[in-house]
Amino acid sequence: MESLTKRVKVLERKPMTMVESWYLLNIIKGMAITFSHIFKRNPTVKYPEQKRPFSPVFRGLQILNRDEEGRERCTACGLCAVACPAEAITMEAAERKEGEEHLYKEEKYAAKYEINMLRCIFCGLCEEACPKDAIYLSETFAPANFQRQTFIYGKEDLLIPDPVSDPEGFAKARGSRATLNEQKP
Amino acid sequence: MSEEKKLFKVTIDNITVEVEPGTTVLMAARKIGGEVAPPAMCFYSKLEGSGGKCRTCLVEVAAGSTADPRPMPKLVASCRTNVMDGMIVKNITSERVVDARKGVVEILLINHPLDCPICDQAGECHLQDLGYDHGAEGTRYEFKRRTFKKEDIGPYIQLHMTRCILCYRCTYVADQLTNKRVHGIVERGDHAAISTYISKAIENDFSGNMIDVCPVGALTDKTFRFKNRVWFLKPVNAHRDCTKCSGKVTLWNRGDEVFRVTARKDQWGEVEEFICNTCRFDKKETKDWVIEGPTLVNRHSVVSQGHYTGLEMPKETIQEVMNGRKPKLLMNIHDVSEVNKPEIDLSAIQGPAHSEDFK
Repeated sequence: MESLTKRVKVLERKPMTMVESWYLLNIIKGMAITFSHIFKRNPTVKYPEQKRPFSPVFRGLQILNRDEEGRERCTACGLCAVACPAEAITMEAAERKEGEEHLYKEEKYAAKYEINMLRCIFCGLCEEACPKDAIYLSETFAPANFQRQTFIYGKEDLLIPDPVSDPEGFAKARGSRATLNEQKP
Repeated sequence: MSEEKKLFKVTIDNITVEVEPGTTVLMAARKIGGEVAPPAMCFYSKLEGSGGKCRTCLVEVAAGSTADPRPMPKLVASCRTNVMDGMIVKNITSERVVDARKGVVEILLINHPLDCPICDQAGECHLQDLGYDHGAEGTRYEFKRRTFKKEDIGPYIQLHMTRCILCYRCTYVADQLTNKRVHGIVERGDHAAISTYISKAIENDFSGNMIDVCPVGALTDKTFRFKNRVWFLKPVNAHRDCTKCSGKVTLWNRGDEVFRVTARKDQWGEVEEFICNTCRFDKKETKDWVIEGPTLVNRHSVVSQGHYTGLEMPKETIQEVMNGRKPKLLMNIHDVSEVNKPEIDLSAIQGPAHSEDFK
């Protein structure tokens, strides 16, 4: 029968010779390959201690941003919720009262803000839709858990630490890419 | 008078239509419908004397009439120009009109605050639509925008003068629908502002209609303030027996809660029938109304998003396979969620919710 391609190798099924049946040569060949890898660069990292840098386009858990005075930026405009293809975001708005100006940037704010991380597909459309710079996808994964209830993230889970009272936590939550982006002209 | 009324032939964007003498170019274009109809911010067909202020409806008249076919040298406001027999009008087919409209939008937006994320009108705002359809991407204006303090005019209406584009529609509503006008435009030019006579409350029975006619978010419903975005609500047509008005309204529902009551609007965004304040502000329970069915919303409107109509659900087979047992619900979202708590009845709160309402 004519072969379909020219790259066909015809397998020879001749009985092994005496030397071949000892397998010694093949074992030495295989072990040489194994030992040679000791001197090569390790492709894996020791994960919990050592972490790979996040790529500039990585999309992790959402954070609700604050401005430099520590006020919440979100005004509950609902654009993230309407953009969300998984319908994971819900919110309820309230009016800022007098004396709450240090807490909320605009006269309207999100009294309740919730993301269902079971539904979220981390597409980043909420970040794109936001007109107020209020929501960002950060450099964290959603931690695994046995309970479904723990994946309903409320405002206390999502809000970034206050940059005035907790600048270290704020910088950590903003991640390495935030400063990277600022250095760009 | 025995003479039969002669109809005028007018050609708008190469489409000829016959209209009665005395019709404005804008109304003739609306008779054709679609994109031929120029946008209008101040003109309101149900309010006599409105129009001629915003200049968004500018059109080019290529030939004045059969008797005098000379073109009009300048663009004319179509809401205030009557048709003549044999008139040829160019709207979107004219480059001059498109360019002029872009300029008009830019000027209208000069003092507009662009606080759409906060504004309750967002999603049904005519200026928003106009800006998207005809406007430029950015602003060239570098100076401080004119600002006013927000004002409560009466217990139900909130006035954000900052957002006002001075279309005067609300004053016409007060003049023509209520028995006494207690608000108007004070000051002149750049300082012009809508206000009441020394913060007098507006309590006339039909005054709530100025919320509906306002093309922007300058006059908004205080009972609906910040309750929800319009595109998350489901509009349904409903009616009730009302001694003062027709009682035909649109309810804006979330679940069973009536968040807002407005008049029904036609395809030009104009109110079909004006409704009274009792219907608008006081009847906010489903049991007050006879529901007719969902309001048809233009599918290009953001209000129609997420309203799945004509959807064919796939057949649920799990129960059949499991001998009639229902699948186990692993988590009921309502037990966990903090949003939409049943004990917080947002529609029952007068005015916007505050931090203590969510405690």
